[in-house]
Amino acid sequence: MSADTLTQPPAVRAVSRGRARRALRRRTVAAVLTLLVVAVFTVSLMAGDTFYPLDDVLRVVRGEQVPGASFTVGRLRLPRAVLAVVAGFSFGLAGVTFQTMLRNPLASPDVIGISSGASAAAAVAIVTLSLDETQVSVLAVVAALVVALLVYLLAFKDGVVGIRLILIGIGISAMLDSVISYVLSQAAEWDLQEATRWLTGSLNNAAWKETLPALVALAVLGPVLLAQARSLSAMQLGDDTASALGVRTERTRITVIVAAVVLIAFATAAAGPIAFVAFLSGPIAARLVGPGGSLLMPAGLVGSLLVLVADFAGQNALGTRLPVGVVTGVLGAPYLIYLIVRTNRTGGSL
Amino acid sequence: MTDQVTAVATRHLPDAPDAPAPRRRPARVRVRVLCLLAAILVLAALMLASLAFGTRDIPLSDVWSALGGADASLGQAAASKRIPRTVLAVLIGAALGLAGAVMQGVTRNPLADPGILGVNMGASLAVVTAVAYFGLSSPIGYIWTAMAGAALAAVFVYTVGTLGRGGATPLKLALAGAATSAAFASLVTAVVLPRNDIAGGFRLWQIGGVGGASFERTGQVAPFLAAGFVICLLSARSLNSLALGDELAAGIGERVAVARAVAALGAVVLCGAATAVAGPIGFVGLVVPHTCRLLVGVDHRWLLPLAALLGASLLTAADVVGRVVARPAEVDVGIVTALVGAPFFIWIVRRQKVRAL
Repeated sequence: MSADTLTQPPAVRAVSRGRARRALRRRTVAAVLTLLVVAVFTVSLMAGDTFYPLDDVLRVVRGEQVPGASFTVGRLRLPRAVLAVVAGFSFGLAGVTFQTMLRNPLASPDVIGISSGASAAAAVAIVTLSLDETQVSVLAVVAALVVALLVYLLAFKDGVVGIRLILIGIGISAMLDSVISYVLSQAAEWDLQEATRWLTGSLNNAAWKETLPALVALAVLGPVLLAQARSLSAMQLGDDTASALGVRTERTRITVIVAAVVLIAFATAAAGPIAFVAFLSGPIAARLVGPGGSLLMPAGLVGSLLVLVADFAGQNALGTRLPVGVVTGVLGAPYLIYLIVRTNRTGGSL
Repeated sequence: MTDQVTAVATRHLPDAPDAPAPRRRPARVRVRVLCLLAAILVLAALMLASLAFGTRDIPLSDVWSALGGADASLGQAAASKRIPRTVLAVLIGAALGLAGAVMQGVTRNPLADPGILGVNMGASLAVVTAVAYFGLSSPIGYIWTAMAGAALAAVFVYTVGTLGRGGATPLKLALAGAATSAAFASLVTAVVLPRNDIAGGFRLWQIGGVGGASFERTGQVAPFLAAGFVICLLSARSLNSLALGDELAAGIGERVAVARAVAALGAVVLCGAATAVAGPIGFVGLVVPHTCRLLVGVDHRWLLPLAALLGASLLTAADVVGRVVARPAEVDVGIVTALVGAPFFIWIVRRQKVRAL
C-alpha cells in the first residue's frame, strides 16, 4: 500500500482516498441503520400496553412458553414488528429503484399509482370476494404489474418523459383510489380498520398469515434487486455509457422493474400502501449516504426504520392509536411539497 | 320544422371561407345559441331523470304531480324527496364547471381544474381542521372556512407552480397542484381518523357526494354560489383579453392583475362553497370547459354560461348513473366523476408537449 502510494500521482491518490472515505461512510451508515432497526424492533416487542423485560421477549422468540408474553409478544407484537420491517424494506427498496431508474424522486411507486393498483386489487379480493392470503397476494401482484405497464404505455410518446409519466400515474391512482372508496362503501358495514388499511396503510391486521407471503417475497426478490445495484448505478449515466460498461440495459431494466413491482404488491397486500414510505426512503438514504455508491440497501433500511418508528409512535406515543400510514403520511406530505418547491426553483426543467 | 331550417343553415357552414366575412358571424352566433338551448334542454331532461330514477323508478306522471307539490302516492313522495338533491347537483355542477372554465382562463392552462389544482382539497382540509380542533359547527362557518382554505390553496399552488424557469407551464402547475392535493389528502386523513366522533360524518363528505342534500343547507350556500356566479360571468370579457397574453391584454387597456384576481376570486368562492356542501368533487371543472370549447369556441362570453350548464348536466348525470348502476346501493358522484374524468386528464396530459429531462 505504502509503496503504491509513493508511485501514484497525487490526483490518483486523492481519488482513491475519497473513494475510501465514501465507502467508509456508506458502511458506517448501513451499520448504524441496521443497529437502529434492531433496537427499535426489540423495543417495539418489549413496550406496549404491558411491558415485558428483554429476557421474556428473547424466550418467546426462542419458542419457549411464557405466561402472558407468549400471546402478547409471540402472537401480536412479533408478526406486527416483522411485517413493519419487511414492508418498510420492500417499499424503501422498490421506491428507490423506481426513483433511480426514472431519475426523478417523484416517480416513486406510491405516487405513480402502482401501490394504489395493488391496494385496489387487495381491497376487492378481501372485502368483496373474501379470498385467502395467497390469492390476495397473487391478485395484487397481477394488478400492480398491469398498472405499471399501463402507466408506462400511456406515458410513452416519443420516449417516456418523467413529468408526463408522473402526471399520468397520478391520474391513474385517482381512478384506483375511487375504486377503493367504492369497494369500501359497498362493504356490509363501513369498517374503519379496513378503510385505513387500503387507503393509507396500517399494521393493525398483522398476523403471521399476512406477514409470511411478504417475508418470502422479500427473501427471494430482495437479493435479486440488490444484485442489480451496480448495473443500476451504471444506468444512471445513460443507456449508452451503461452498455459500454458491460451492462445489459434492457434485461436489467425489465428484471428490476418486475422485481420492484412484485415486492410492492406483496407488501401492499399485507399492510396496505403505507403512505409515502417508498417516496421518502430514497431521498433520506441519499442524504445520509452522500454521493456515489448504491442507495438500495440504505433505502431499504430507512424504509424499515420509518415504518417501525411510525408504527410505534402511532401505537404508543400520540394518545390515540393511529395507523402507521397516517403517521408516515403526515411526515411525507410536507416533504412532497418541499420537493416540488425545490425542483421548480432550482431545476426548472419540468 | 325549425330543426330542418337550422340543419340546412349549418350544412352551409363549411363553405363559409368562400362567403363574404359578414355572413359568417350570424351563422356562428346561431350555432352558439343552439348549443346553449340544447344544453338547457339536456339539463332539463337530466333533472327529470334525476327525479325519476333511483333505488325506485317512478313513472313520469308521478314526477310531474310531485313537482306540483303532491305527495299522496309513494312514487310522488319519493320524487319530492329527490328534488333537493337534484337542485344541489345542478348548483354544484354548475359551480364546478364554471370555476374550471375560469381557472383555465386565468392560468391559461388546459389542465386547470379545482380538483387537480388542490383548491377543493384545500377547502376540505380547512373545514376538517376547523371542525376537529376549533369546534366549528355552524353551517355558515363551514362555508367561510372552506372558502378561506380554497383561497390559500389556490395562492399556494399558483406560487409554487410559477417558481423557476418558464413560469407556470401547464404541466408544472398541474404537478404542483396534484402533489399539494395528495399532501392535503393525507393531512385530512390524519386530522379525521383519531376523532371517532367526526370520522363517520366526514366519510361520505370526503368522497364527494350530493346524497345528504336538503333545501336548508342548499339555501345557506346559495348566496355564496350566486355571488360566485355573478363575479365569474362578469369577468368573461376580461378573460378574453387575458387569453391574448399579459402584454397584449395590458396593451388593450386591461388591468391584468386586477382582472386575474377578480376572476380567480370568483372561482375560489364557487369552489369553496361547493366543497363546503358537497365535499371535494374532482375533474368536473376539467372535462366540461374542454367540451364547451369544442362546441362554442374560445369566447368566454359564450364559454362560461355553457360551462355552467354542461357542468350541471354532467354532475346530475353522474349522480343518476351512480344511483342506477349499483342498485339498491349508491355510488357517490365523486367516484363517478373521478372514473370519467381521470382518463380525460390523462388524454390531455398526453397531448402536452414536454421537454425531455
